[in-house]
This record gives sequence, structure tokens and C-alpha cells, in this order.
Amino acid sequence: MGGRGSFFYAGAVIPDLPSARLHVVTGKGGTGKTTVAAALALALAADGRSVLLVETEGRQGIAQLFDTPPLPYEERRVAVARGGGEVKALAIDVEEALLDYLDMFYNLRRAGRALRKMGAIDFATAIAPGLRDVLITGKIKEAVTRRRNGREVYDAVVVDAPPTGRITRFLGVTGEMSQLARSGPIKTQSDGVMAVLRSPQTAVHLVTILEDMPVQETADAIAELEKAGLPIGSVVVNMATEPVLPADALSRAAAGELSGADLSPALTAAGLPGGAALADALAAEVVEHARRWAAQDALRDQVAALGRPTVELPQLPGPMDLGCLFELADRLEDPLRTEVGRADRGVSIAARDERGAERPAGASGGPA
Amino acid sequence: MDLGQLIADPATRIVVCCGAGGVGKTTTSAALALAAAEAGRSVVVLTIDPARRLAQSLGLVELDNEPRRVDVPGIDGELHAMMLDMKRTFDDVVTAHSTPERAQQILDNPFYQALSSSFAGTQEYMAMEKLGQLRAADRWDLIIVDTPPSRSALDFLDAPNRMGRFLDGTMIRLLTAPSRTGFKFASAGLLFFSRIISKILGGQLLRDISAFVAALDTMFGGFRERATATFELLRRPGTWFVVVAAPEPDALREASYFVDRLSAEGMPLAGLVLNRTHPPATTALSATRAEGAAEEVAESGGDTAALTAAALRVHAERMQQAAREQHLADRFTSAHPEVAVRTVPAAAGDVHDVDGLRGMAEALTGADDDTPTGTPRTRVFPARRG
Repeated sequence: MGGRGSFFYAGAVIPDLPSARLHVVTGKGGTGKTTVAAALALALAADGRSVLLVETEGRQGIAQLFDTPPLPYEERRVAVARGGGEVKALAIDVEEALLDYLDMFYNLRRAGRALRKMGAIDFATAIAPGLRDVLITGKIKEAVTRRRNGREVYDAVVVDAPPTGRITRFLGVTGEMSQLARSGPIKTQSDGVMAVLRSPQTAVHLVTILEDMPVQETADAIAELEKAGLPIGSVVVNMATEPVLPADALSRAAAGELSGADLSPALTAAGLPGGAALADALAAEVVEHARRWAAQDALRDQVAALGRPTVELPQLPGPMDLGCLFELADRLEDPLRTEVGRADRGVSIAARDERGAERPAGASGGPA
Repeated sequence: MDLGQLIADPATRIVVCCGAGGVGKTTTSAALALAAAEAGRSVVVLTIDPARRLAQSLGLVELDNEPRRVDVPGIDGELHAMMLDMKRTFDDVVTAHSTPERAQQILDNPFYQALSSSFAGTQEYMAMEKLGQLRAADRWDLIIVDTPPSRSALDFLDAPNRMGRFLDGTMIRLLTAPSRTGFKFASAGLLFFSRIISKILGGQLLRDISAFVAALDTMFGGFRERATATFELLRRPGTWFVVVAAPEPDALREASYFVDRLSAEGMPLAGLVLNRTHPPATTALSATRAEGAAEEVAESGGDTAALTAAALRVHAERMQQAAREQHLADRFTSAHPEVAVRTVPAAAGDVHDVDGLRGMAEALTGADDDTPTGTPRTRVFPARRG
């Protein structure tokens, strides 16, 4: 068996997980990163904390998960957690974020709306795809650093980020934009965003499932993120299954040393019809089950070899709903708590707040 | 759906495998290519983003953006495989249609570099471009194309046109060449917009785009025409689409959109491949009875009781899973009764070698009812009797 459930730190950039305030969740498509992001937000909101869950790709996946109407570009409460904690959600709309931005820097809100009618804003984000990312990460940074009455508005911000294939580009905004926009306010803005992203208050978590491609992409993304100096958090193995078979039978079956003859006596004793044919069919299913498990276990070892804190979330039966999210949140809470370090919230970030002037106006409740 | 017959038919020249990301389009493409080569055809498979081990087993280690012959013993035909390098394909287009100096000018342009490596849609555009090139080379009698792993299967059809429209669009021209167009046509709003864009992004970007568009102008006949030409290729007789999905709600929803779209475009659909299904080895014992029997066996004690009870539980789970998968397939079929379905059982691990591909090819092209379990290959679970 691989290193299941082990939760340890290794590697160069070590985010302080319990006190990290910006959690960026990425993963290959189909690994359930939106679900993991939502569960993480619920886990972080336990005990009366306030958490913002941010959607970046305009898919309305968060609204679907929480069974609410599509989210506007506005911070809306989607769930209440234990002890009066709350999760608010925000679906970032790039056009709106650009309008905020024009308003902030040039007092151009009304003109901006006219530009949108012309399709000019679509065009602007199309000729400079990095602009999209800067606007989104800029909005995220604003939420992370937003303060009211002398303290942070959100204890944590969780981002349902673009997939692993695009994550470094998404977060490495300065690199991308400095190629295109070598000066101007966008450049200054992205520098400010990078300061937050590269700090220990940020943790980039990678969601994978136990299949070749997702595990390979996770390894690639870790290497890329490390090179870009971005702090890596944990690897979340999602939709993990438990073997039904006892351990010794599992290895025998995986080696193909199990046949219908092993099952026949007990089946006959229980009075099941079908005889040898049934026993052989069941044995074939058991062998397949064991081989699938063995293949997953080999991948589990590969995940362990990445040397990152790892947490496994089970495959839950039935459709995903709020109850399932809370169940997954429970599983994420332990690793969050038992890890070293205290939740010294709000200290590390305060020093950076002098960049307040760069913040685009928030769609709801800007800085005091 | 008889995929075996389809790929063996000399009239079939292009097969496009599409579907949502992560459903096994690449392995499906490679398995079909192998089956076609075994049927005696000369095949090239264009993969987009193969898993590393699969790529290695197909000999795709050198990234030279050209097809390489895959050495498979005992096949009648020929199998070639390649992996798309989108930047290189774009560079080749530029180089092929330009003088060396001008090509260098474009290749060095920062806007071009961003466009060819990171724009949404470039991969789809270049996949189409490469398909066009392979077809024009006429060295193979069958081309099998894997499609980029975008969230939406429709992107493969839409992105190239969208990008062509954008690059040929009025706005990019007006914006980048106000002097040429003159004030007569450029509205005050547009000039204002141009000012804002340079404010936000810095004037350098606009100058880069200007230089890029000017260099392109003299180079070749428009991005849009190029994209349209390849798009038309997909409508020609001899082209078939295979939609791939996993037995999951999201993947099947994508498949549905794509099927509707193909029919609207008048593009021929061979059918739906439902990949990674879990048909039970026997359906003689229901999930409920298996669970009951598991309890009974466990209580009875005895040497093999624990193992047998576990085996019965494995079977119960398997029956439930298969029933869920069949239910999803049925929902798809009731919305698209005309679309043939072929199920491909999940392998125990990932498919990453020629043997694995051969197993998959058998599931894709084998006779409908010639299965070890007796469940036809069109289904995960046998139809209810009576």
C-alpha cells in the first residue's frame, strides 16, 4: 500500500497551511477540483470563520454544487458552516472586473459600458489573454487583502482555479503580461498580485484522481509551480475507493491466483444457483477489482513520491450535494488542524496592505 | 455501428474522435488506427496530448511535428503516429508562406509569440491546419484525428473560425491602422477605445499587433479563408465523426451537444463510443441477492467465507455501477435514438501499450454480440427480459 493519509511537508516553498489565507485549487479537468474547492471552503469556515469561494472560469459550477441560482458578480452567501461560519461565493466576470478597473483608474465607468456594447472589451481580453488573468487575480488579491474595521474581511479565500495545464500561466501573471504589456498600470497591478501569490500566505493545492494522466499532470504542474516560485500546498487525491477484499486475498487476486474453485464451496453452501459458472464469473470480477486496485495503488505511490502533504477524499455514492460537501469538508478539516503551526491569522498580511491604492473597487463592500 | 467496417472501407479517409476532455479520445484514436492498420490500411493518427507512456509506446519521443512509423509486428498495413506541436505548426505556416526575412520578422514579434503559444483556440486551429496538411500530403489512405482536450467538444469546430474571424476582423485592422483607414471610417468611439487599450496595455502592444498584421497582410490569403477551407474538408464524403464519452452525466451532456451540432452542420456521425464502462461478468445474480448472500456467507463462517462474502460484495457493487451506467446511456439514447452506441469496458489500469490498444480495438470493432459475458457491445447491462 502506498502512503495513504500521510500528511507531511517537503520541498523548498513551504506554505504555512493552517495560516494560509489564499487557497488556490487546481487539477486536471474531471478530477473534481470545483468540488474540492467548495469542500475546502466549508472546512475553513468551520468555527465561525468567514470564507470567500471564487469561481474563475464562468462555468457556474459553484452555484450548481450549492444548488443556488447562477451567481452574479457579487459576493453572495451560499452556505453556513458550523459555529456560525459562512461561505460566500463570487463568480468573477472579466468584463465587470475590467469596468471596475477603468472606473478606478480613469473614472471611465460610463465610457466603459459603451465600449462593452461595441464588443471592444471582448476584443481587449482576446488580444491580450493575460489581461483576463490579471483582472481575475487582481480581484482575488483585493478580496484577500480587503480590511474593514481594522481586520480582514475574509479569514480565507478559496479559488476554484483554471486546470493544471494552465495554472502556472494563470498565476504567473507578470511573466505573461510583461511580454505583452511592458509598462502601464496593468504591469504595476500584476506586480502587486505576484507579491501576494508568492508569499507564504498562499497555498496552491492540486487535485488528482488515481489515473495516469492526472497524476502525471500533477507532477508536471508541481515542477512548473516550483520553478515559478509559487508556494505549493497539498495534493488532494479525490474519488479514492477502498478495496472490498481482505488484503491477502487482494494480492492473490491481483496476481491472478484466484479462481472459481476458491469461491464454489461457500457459494454452494449458501444455496446459490449458478454453480461453477457463477463462481468463475465472480472470480473474474474479483480479479479485475484487485487489478484495478493494484493499478491505483501504484499511482498512489507515485503521488507519495511527489513529497507533498497528501490527503485522500473518498468517492461518495450518489450525486454530489451539500450533504456530500460537508462530509468531504470534515475529511479536510483534520489535516488542516493537526498540522504544525498556529492559525495566526491576519499578521503576515498586514504589512502588505500599503498597496491598497492599487486595489480595484470591489463589487460589493470595498475597502473601508 | 460497425466501426470495424467503417475503418476498413477504402472510401473512409478521415475519422475525427471528439468529446469532452478526459474521456479517452486519444486512446480511442490510437486503438482505431491500430485496428485500421491491422485491416491493411495505411494510417496516420494525429494525437494532441497523449499520456507519456502511451506516447512512448507509439514511438512519439521525438517532437518533430512529423508522423513517425510505429513498428507493430504482424500488421498488414502501416501505422504512423504524430503528436501535434501547435507552436511549430504555426511557425511552419508562417515560414511556408513568406520570404525568410519577413518570416523572421513575424516569428520575432511578441504578439505573434503570444498568439502561437497561449491563445485560447490556437490548439484547435492548428489541429485543423495539421489535418489539412496531412490530407494534402496524400501519403496515407486514412487519417485519424484526436481533438484537443478542451472543456467543450464544440471548440474543435468553433475555435478555428472564431480565431480566423478575430484575426481578419475589422476591429483589429481599424485599431492597428488608423492612418490607413482614415478618420472617415473610424468612429470617435473606436479611436477612444484605441486610446484606452494603449493606456491599459501600454502602447507597445498596439505597435506589435500593427507590425504583425502588416506583415501578415502581404503574406497569405487571410486566416479566415484558411480555417474555412479545412472546415469544409470535414464535410466532404469520406469523413466520419466518432463521439467519445465516459458514462458520466457531464461527458454525456457534452456528447449530446456535439451530436446535435454535427447534425446541424450536416457532418456524418458514425456513433457514440461509451468508454470505460463496467459490465459485470455475470448478470445472473442481482445486486440485492448478492448482498443478501454476502451476509449469509459471512455468518456461516468456514474457510473461504470472508473471501466469498467479499466477492459477492464486489459483484453487488459492480451490478449497481453497471445499472447506473446503462441508465445514463439510455437517457442519451432516448434523446438521440438515431445514434448507434458502442461500449468499451474499462481496462484494469490505463491503456499505455500496443497490447492495451489491441484490447481496446477489439472492443471497438468486434462483432456486436460476440462477447464473453453475452451482453451485446451496444450495452453495459443486458436489456430487461419480458
